[in-house]
Amino acid sequence: MREVAIIGAGETKYGEHWEKSLRDLAVEAGLKALEDAGIYAEDIQAIFGGNMSAGSFVGQEHVGALIADFAGLAETQIPAFRVEAACASGAAALHAGYLAVASGMYDIVLVGGVEKMTDLPGEMVTDILAGAADREWEVFLGATFPALGAMMARRYMHEFGLTIEQLSLLPVIAHKHGTMNPDAHFQREITLEQVLNAPMVADPLTIMHCSPVSDGGAAVVLAPAEIAKKYTDSPIKIAASTIANDYISLHSRPSLVESPSTIIAGKKAYKMARKEPKDIDLVEIHDAFSIIALEGLEDLGFAKKGEGIKLAEEGQLYYDGDLPYNVSGGLKAKGHPVGATGVGQVVEIVKHLRNEAGKRQVPDARVGLTHNVGGTMTTSVIHILEVM
Amino acid sequence: MVVPRFWRERRYRYNLIGTRCPECGTVYFPPRNVCPKCGRKSVGKMEEFQLSGKGKIYSYTIVHQNVLGFKYQRPYVMAIIETPEGPKVTGQIVDVEPEEVHIGMPVKAVFRRIAEDGKAGIIQYGYKFVPDWEEIEKIAQA
Amino acid sequence: MVGIVTYGSYIPIYRIKTAEIARMWGDKPEYPEKGLGILSKSVPGYDEDAATIAVEALRNALKRKKIPGDKIGAIFVGSESHPYAVKPTASLIAEVVGAYKAHAADLEFACKAGTAAMQNVYGMVKAGMIEYGIAIGTDTSQGQPGDALDYSASAGGTAFIIGKDEVIAEINDTVSYVTDTPDFWRREGQRYPSHGGRFTGEPAYFKHIISAAKILMEKVGTSPQDYNYVVFHQPNGKFPYRVGKRLGFTKDQIKQGLLTPYIGNTYSGATPTGLSAVLDVAKPGDRILAVSFGSGAGSDAFDITVTDEMENFNRDAAPKVWDMIKRAKYVDYAMYLKFRGMIVEVNE
Repeated sequence: MREVAIIGAGETKYGEHWEKSLRDLAVEAGLKALEDAGIYAEDIQAIFGGNMSAGSFVGQEHVGALIADFAGLAETQIPAFRVEAACASGAAALHAGYLAVASGMYDIVLVGGVEKMTDLPGEMVTDILAGAADREWEVFLGATFPALGAMMARRYMHEFGLTIEQLSLLPVIAHKHGTMNPDAHFQREITLEQVLNAPMVADPLTIMHCSPVSDGGAAVVLAPAEIAKKYTDSPIKIAASTIANDYISLHSRPSLVESPSTIIAGKKAYKMARKEPKDIDLVEIHDAFSIIALEGLEDLGFAKKGEGIKLAEEGQLYYDGDLPYNVSGGLKAKGHPVGATGVGQVVEIVKHLRNEAGKRQVPDARVGLTHNVGGTMTTSVIHILEVM
Repeated sequence: MVVPRFWRERRYRYNLIGTRCPECGTVYFPPRNVCPKCGRKSVGKMEEFQLSGKGKIYSYTIVHQNVLGFKYQRPYVMAIIETPEGPKVTGQIVDVEPEEVHIGMPVKAVFRRIAEDGKAGIIQYGYKFVPDWEEIEKIAQA
Repeated sequence: MVGIVTYGSYIPIYRIKTAEIARMWGDKPEYPEKGLGILSKSVPGYDEDAATIAVEALRNALKRKKIPGDKIGAIFVGSESHPYAVKPTASLIAEVVGAYKAHAADLEFACKAGTAAMQNVYGMVKAGMIEYGIAIGTDTSQGQPGDALDYSASAGGTAFIIGKDEVIAEINDTVSYVTDTPDFWRREGQRYPSHGGRFTGEPAYFKHIISAAKILMEKVGTSPQDYNYVVFHQPNGKFPYRVGKRLGFTKDQIKQGLLTPYIGNTYSGATPTGLSAVLDVAKPGDRILAVSFGSGAGSDAFDITVTDEMENFNRDAAPKVWDMIKRAKYVDYAMYLKFRGMIVEVNE
């Protein structure tokens, strides 16, 4: 198995793109990554596309073939297929691309993530996203995805005495960071009062504890580490790429306050990258619901179980703190086009590791970690990226 | 009109019937054909097992969203219920004010309409939960 | 002997006060409260219907005495608010209890569909055709908003299992009286029923109940004094006392089985649930007369004697009718409309 590096990265702005279709977003992100890598479409040897549910959002399956076609590559007969793991589809696609290059089967690979979510009204989007849970035994009975997240939050609050005011610190931090990201869906700050008084989605989570519905695409170009410097002066090594699973339903799990899939994927990633939590300079954590981010930070070893919120309370999670968290704005403020998110998190880390993150640059960033989750922390995908 | 997908689960939903692994004795709901603990040893051997319907609330939420198929019921209470037989079950809590719901509340299963396939489609029945009044009164008197 | 082997009822938890309905329409609360003798009525939850009520009532009956599904030979469900126009409630009941070999069908005869179900099942057991049979009367009835019937149309149901073994209440005999009398009806496609106003009294309710009661008492050789309890169909809180007086019964005989003042008229569930309330307190040797009335019109009358087996019967295993009546959550008119689906639904 050889080492793999990222030689190019690009993404669209996340937001409500009424004018852009699924294929428009995919191609835009892909072209930006190619340009960044200084290569052309014909140089790519395979495409792995992360996408959760184009079939339901826009009636389109066969997403890998579609993207290859509209990238102009149909007549190269390029290998291309979709990878799906609910909201972790993006990072799962990256894991597939990583394996493809690490195995020696392909050299230059494009990994993209894309989702077009805003063509449908809210209740239909909610129903489609609920497909990440157990349709027959959770959703059919009335559980929406936010309802499941809310039940995780309420159990955590019951076991550790966390208050909703404490949990609300996380979206405040995410939005503060979003103001520094010109590609974010939301670029305005919010106050704690605004978070608490926002319309209730599923008690105790308000709309401000839940990531928005966004369109967007993100892409990275992978190459074997040994030849990466031919393409770029600042290749970024994928030091770890791990994935783990758990029961799909919350009711099947022994606990709602920790995620075995994040714990295991995290441990494997640290081992693979030969790093510890204290070595990580910045993180992109899956804050689809604030509670998932909180549990994720603890499960990844950044705080003891039940004490994760102290990181927020002590100011450590700001971009100039000890553990810069979701400096992109996270899923909450940057946005959450579900299939794209996992790749977008990596694009953000790459920017910091190359010192190209502008206003929000985390100083001396050398190692970053991304945490991308599918369902209610059913699937967890961890990447650790390092300056080469 | 979706008919078979619902029809196939009706017995399990009408009567809270799960499965029990004869190798390790673990009870599962919803029913499983493979015991996660015993793997292939359990295939073809899983027995049907009916839950009593009794339980306690493990966690809950109050759904305020407009949800397809449940629009008329908002706000409604969604919960995960732990049962004495072992499995936890996801279901609505009804016949109660949302403010009265709390973790640890004793509940029991009832037979209710869950959803319908539009106004011309079939009605889908299943389980919801109501406060276990007798149990609650017993605890209050103790 | 053939009779009731176990029984159970279910009344939804929600209630609306008739004074709250009166407020909506500018009626004085005295009109429903004193004029009709109804203080409140039961309201089914948004997720309840005649089938869910039937299942809960039957499950209560089975809590008191478990009868295995493969011994149930017949299931008849009487209602005027079956959830489907075409697809039986009885087949759902069969699936729920696992009675796959039962003769199953739904019945309709306005408020007497439940007692008609009892007669069907009684006959099949008596003929030796089946070992046990389930008879259910259940309804989530509706009246036109603003109409007098909306003060009383309510929801509830009762299930009886009838058989020959360990009978707790023997059905000594049962008769019926039927004529073509259009006092209350609903045409296909109409949402709410229509009725003949005062015509629903003398030519309908009183004539048929009195006829059936007299035919039965003459047949079995009894007079009102022989009964400990009498249960009449109860469209309001007044008619049962009035018809009872005319037949020679006292208020004390009627009281236990008269539920309408608190839960309204549960239509096909009315007489069965009144009978259930009596069985909740009856002692061995007690004699009961039950006379239903269904518009259109007809009455079924039953002469019942409680047996010694009632001493061994576990009545406490399921909620009693008057306990269910007391467990009440009151809603206002707006919530009532929402629960009853009377707000025109938007597209899903």
